Amino acid sequence: MGNYLLRRILGAIPLVVGVATLIFFVLNLAPGDPAAMYSNPNLPVAVIEQLRRNLGLDQPIYIRYFKWLGSFFTGHFGYSFAQGRPVLDILLEALPATLILAFWALIVVFVLGVAIGIYQAVRQYSVADGVLSVSSLFFYSMPSFWLGLMLMLLFSLKWHEWGLPFALPATGMTGVDYDYLSFGHKLLDRAAHLVLPVTTLSLVLAAGIARYTRGQMLEVIRQDYIRTARAKGLPERTVILKHALRNSMIPVITLFGLYLPLLFSGAVFVEVIFSWPGMGRVIVDAILQRDYPVVMATSFLFALMTVFGNLIADVLYAVADPRIRYD
Amino acid sequence: MGSPLLEVTELRTYFRTDGGLARAVDGVSFHVHQGEVLGIVGESGSGKSVTSLSIMRLIPRPPGEIVAGSSIRLKGEELVDAPEKRMREIRGNDVAMIFQEPMTSLNPVFPVGEQIAETVRLHRRVGKEAARARAIELLGLVGLPDPEERVDTYPHELSGGQRQRVMIAMALSCEPDLLIADEPTTALDVTIQAQILELLAELRRRLGMAIVLITHDLGVVAEVCDRVVVMYAGQVREQGPVEAIFRDPRDPYTQGLLASIPRLGRRMELLTVIPGTVPNPVRWPGGCRFHTRCPHAWELCRREAPPLFRAGTGDVVAQASGAGTSAPTHDVRCWLETHPERRASP
Repeated sequence: MGNYLLRRILGAIPLVVGVATLIFFVLNLAPGDPAAMYSNPNLPVAVIEQLRRNLGLDQPIYIRYFKWLGSFFTGHFGYSFAQGRPVLDILLEALPATLILAFWALIVVFVLGVAIGIYQAVRQYSVADGVLSVSSLFFYSMPSFWLGLMLMLLFSLKWHEWGLPFALPATGMTGVDYDYLSFGHKLLDRAAHLVLPVTTLSLVLAAGIARYTRGQMLEVIRQDYIRTARAKGLPERTVILKHALRNSMIPVITLFGLYLPLLFSGAVFVEVIFSWPGMGRVIVDAILQRDYPVVMATSFLFALMTVFGNLIADVLYAVADPRIRYD
Repeated sequence: MGSPLLEVTELRTYFRTDGGLARAVDGVSFHVHQGEVLGIVGESGSGKSVTSLSIMRLIPRPPGEIVAGSSIRLKGEELVDAPEKRMREIRGNDVAMIFQEPMTSLNPVFPVGEQIAETVRLHRRVGKEAARARAIELLGLVGLPDPEERVDTYPHELSGGQRQRVMIAMALSCEPDLLIADEPTTALDVTIQAQILELLAELRRRLGMAIVLITHDLGVVAEVCDRVVVMYAGQVREQGPVEAIFRDPRDPYTQGLLASIPRLGRRMELLTVIPGTVPNPVRWPGGCRFHTRCPHAWELCRREAPPLFRAGTGDVVAQASGAGTSAPTHDVRCWLETHPERRASP
């Protein structure tokens, strides 16, 4: 296993360099001049030229490419055009917020999705199965930005208007009075702020997991070893949650790796909608400002996390299925 | 012989299908005594497996259902309407089952020892360590080499024969009174088949449990069974002691099955077969259910369903056939019993 992991990590290096290269050239060959963004068109050409030199945009693209690539090895990522600060500082500020959001969403996606899928499979063709099938298809085909806005409208705005208690906060990670709250209330405040963004981000993805789990579970329930488990006298609960679940989770684990990019791209929308101070907002702001170093570093970090997530999925795969051995 | 261990009376198990009601098992009666090996023989689709799953109450419901009026008594206790909780105590403990496909009957993601120990923990309420020790002991009992090491292997690391031994170990873990073996050797190589049968026979001698051996292979029956029930189209065609069935098969279906066993040393151009296939359980043929394939069939067979006769006497066997305490009987469901003159003209 250790050997396999080492090989996988080594194998990921060309992939990561490839991704970095692609990000760099796609962005730098795109039309538009960052220098123009940060200057008044009435300025003398010489001043704009100076600005270009300051940003390093006067050099040939391949020089910039190697400089940029080199900045990775120093862990520096260069300077933001818009803020003039090191990109690394910006990322480190935004990363925790995104990780918190993605972590909770990931948990909700898999726990909720798998639980609903199991329930539906065990009660196949029941009314509940039908209702859940229709609603998961509903959420599965819904754009998350629209869902986010609707949830915000309903649980934040209208809820408050109707005078119902516990209207959920619609923006930010913490309330305005956060600093004055006791420790317990601080936790509560953070949790309340998580509800709507996490729900928005996870419902769409959980719907997919639920449909997939249901299918896998129905497949596994028909297997001979499930009949064997019942013939041993095991209660139905053990048959389903031990013998059937473990087997039907094997293909679902593969989805873990595939879902990470969806989760991160979903986070971009959700962060913008809910003013969540994470990487998604950073990347959107940076794109609008043609702040290439920030866009490149953020995209790269998303790619890195996806590669890492796939690695975790492969390891989990081997843990769940003893027939898989990476030697 | 005392009262039987298992007494199945007028068992009917029906399935609701898109095509209509499939009467897979349709009025089957038989019994098994303590320590006896009963063979249930028949082609695929004759209702053997459904019968065994009905005894365990493992018929998927819906679409399947054990019809009211059926009776399955284990040591006098009625199982047909027993609560599910009671059935769970019986399964794996009083009655255990092994299946045809050792490749797919073991859970691929758990070590074999854990799968055995799980049953022990469930029914014997012992700790993890004791259950594991018992699993090792059982693996030794069924003749798996190096049981201390094999206990932690996964099913995919074992051969088909070894897996079937694990299945048997699992079934024996709580010393059941009755072992139902549903085609335990069908999926195995011939040499392994003999080993598994020998193992079952030996375990029966040592542990004194009764075995219901379901098979379509009469050779297997001849080797290990005391009595035989021949099933066709969801009914019992013929039942009796194994010598009687082999020496004097009275039902044309049993005769057909016996004739279709290929024999070494006998020159045959063609394998003898029973023409046709088992009919559709949604529409069993009227009259005698075998008449569509029977070489002896005449109008009576097409018109009227034969009852079960006591062999050679022409007497109709009363309900709950053979459950009596006297010597084992030989019963046949065929009109030839009352029209012996027709036997000569196939």
